[in-house]
Amino acid sequence: MSAPLLRIAGLRKAFGAVVASDGIDLDLAEGEVHALIGPNGAGKTTLIGQLAGEIRPDSGRIVFRGRDITALPAHTRAARGLARSFQITSLLPGMSALDNVALAVQAHAGHSFRFWRPASDEAAIREPAREALARVGLAHRMDMSAAALAHGEQRQLEIAIALASQPRLLLLDEPTAGMGAEDGARMVALLESLRGAVTMLLVEHDMDTVFALAERISVLVNGKIIASGAPAAIRGDPNVRRAYLGEEDA
Amino acid sequence: MVRRGLLLGGLSLALALPPLAAAVGLDYVVGIAARILIFALAGVSLNLILGYGGMVSFGHAAFFGTGAYVVAILGHHASAGDALVTWPFTIGGSDLAVIAWPMAMLVCGVLALVIGAICLRTSGLYFIMITLAFAQMLYFFFVALEPYGGDDGLSLAHPSRAWPIDLSDDRQFYYLVLALLLVILYLMRRLIASRFGLVLRGIRENERRMQAMGFATYRYKLAAFVISGAVAGLAGALIANHTEFVSPSFLDWRRSGEILVVVILGGMGTLYGPVAGAIAYLMLEEVLARWTEHWMIILGPLLVLVVLYAKQGLWGAVEKLSARR
Ligand SMILES: Nc1ncnc2c1ncn2[C@@H]1O[C@H](COP(=O)(O)OP(=O)(O)O)[C@@H](O)[C@H]1O
Ligand SMILES: [Mg+2]
Repeated sequence: MSAPLLRIAGLRKAFGAVVASDGIDLDLAEGEVHALIGPNGAGKTTLIGQLAGEIRPDSGRIVFRGRDITALPAHTRAARGLARSFQITSLLPGMSALDNVALAVQAHAGHSFRFWRPASDEAAIREPAREALARVGLAHRMDMSAAALAHGEQRQLEIAIALASQPRLLLLDEPTAGMGAEDGARMVALLESLRGAVTMLLVEHDMDTVFALAERISVLVNGKIIASGAPAAIRGDPNVRRAYLGEEDA
Repeated sequence: MVRRGLLLGGLSLALALPPLAAAVGLDYVVGIAARILIFALAGVSLNLILGYGGMVSFGHAAFFGTGAYVVAILGHHASAGDALVTWPFTIGGSDLAVIAWPMAMLVCGVLALVIGAICLRTSGLYFIMITLAFAQMLYFFFVALEPYGGDDGLSLAHPSRAWPIDLSDDRQFYYLVLALLLVILYLMRRLIASRFGLVLRGIRENERRMQAMGFATYRYKLAAFVISGAVAGLAGALIANHTEFVSPSFLDWRRSGEILVVVILGGMGTLYGPVAGAIAYLMLEEVLARWTEHWMIILGPLLVLVVLYAKQGLWGAVEKLSARR
């Protein structure tokens, strides 16, 4: 087996008495879609935050593409091919949808200490940005400010921003959160279309979505991964049923 | 269009002002107008970081005042014919605009690099307080600077030499200030629309998002802070030539507050807002101060109204009007 794209080893993070990550070990193979499930407060968002570089772990290591990135700041990790979407929509509200995505492209097109040429004239930036918007179905909303978009569209814009940087690993924190059935289905189709092209770590509450997309599933409870494996195995795991799925069935 | 009309009308009026003033025998107006344009330039410099970058600096007078001091101190040594520094190499004074003014920008740019490198590690209220603290430190530095007048300030023997322009002539000085303001406005327009400008606006909108996208936001903010400081230094160099006198009061926190007011009143994050703000603020001051010395009592509530009801100030209202039709 080749080396994993991402290796998490012994990751630990406590907020006072709350241990949000309690010795997490997890490997992600290149190209896989890996779902991370678990009850509210299990520590899923905290794990994503540590992977993205916004939260410093107390101990443990994160190795991405063969390099230890544990001490690297968020922007350096992004430059190395790690992109994320936020559970709580995080956009550039006063700027157009196109500018939102164009900046994500620009972030990966060398430094931005360029003071003269209008950014809106730069086809090398604008074209990939338009493509990313079209891909998530927002081509017709290009010039609208991010703040003026509907909730579902904002979630799609989140994905367009993450995609625009052509990441190797996509960290998706509840991409369908707060979406209606229709928008949710479109999001699932979108993520499905990315399979194979980009490795995904998907935090998701909706079990139908999880079982539709994931090749492997890890279950996080109280900061610990209690089970990790193929969807069928997770579905049948008695520990998981008791700790998590059982609650849903009840 | 309202916006276009105002811009063209304003520019025409600005160009025609000196002969108009002479025709009606109000020549002193030209001096007041030059002062307004200098404050507009200071506002434009602050607007880059405040309006476009979202950095609320309460210490901008530090750069404005230091720029003024650079011109005054260089001029002082030029008149005295002695050296400013003799070790490790000799630096003499200069009363040439082509040397003193870029020097003011350079000194202020370097100063902004040092102050910004420290202040930009904080944000929000801390940033406001620490920029204010640095400005106060510089204020007391110049108070203690006895060789250059300390508390009493320092007079310029004469304005900078800018052959073929005679800066002691009010009209020529006015036109030079106007030209510089227009050049800086044009450069700002390019900068705001460039890749760098887009990044700066993105940081104002959501810095955390920009970092997650891969931007080392600190560097971009620092670069904007340095540019802003250097342009404020140029405004300072001009004000020193205007008043032919500098004193620590140029770095007073109230002066920083005035530059903030110019930007907020005129419209943060709009290209021409600081110009509109400087015109409105200084004319109000001129008119109201003649009427009552407590003119702040009127200006204060006015500002509150602007902040509450016109987030993008006077120029923002103009742009809204233009967009509507
Ligand atoms: N910044 C923080 N400060 C204190 N406690 C936090 C912080 N972030 C998260 N927590 C706590 O850590 C636990 C895990 O939170 P989170 O990672 O958001 O869970 P999830 O995303 O799985 O719902 C929760 O108990 C939460 O209250
Ligand atoms: Mg969460």
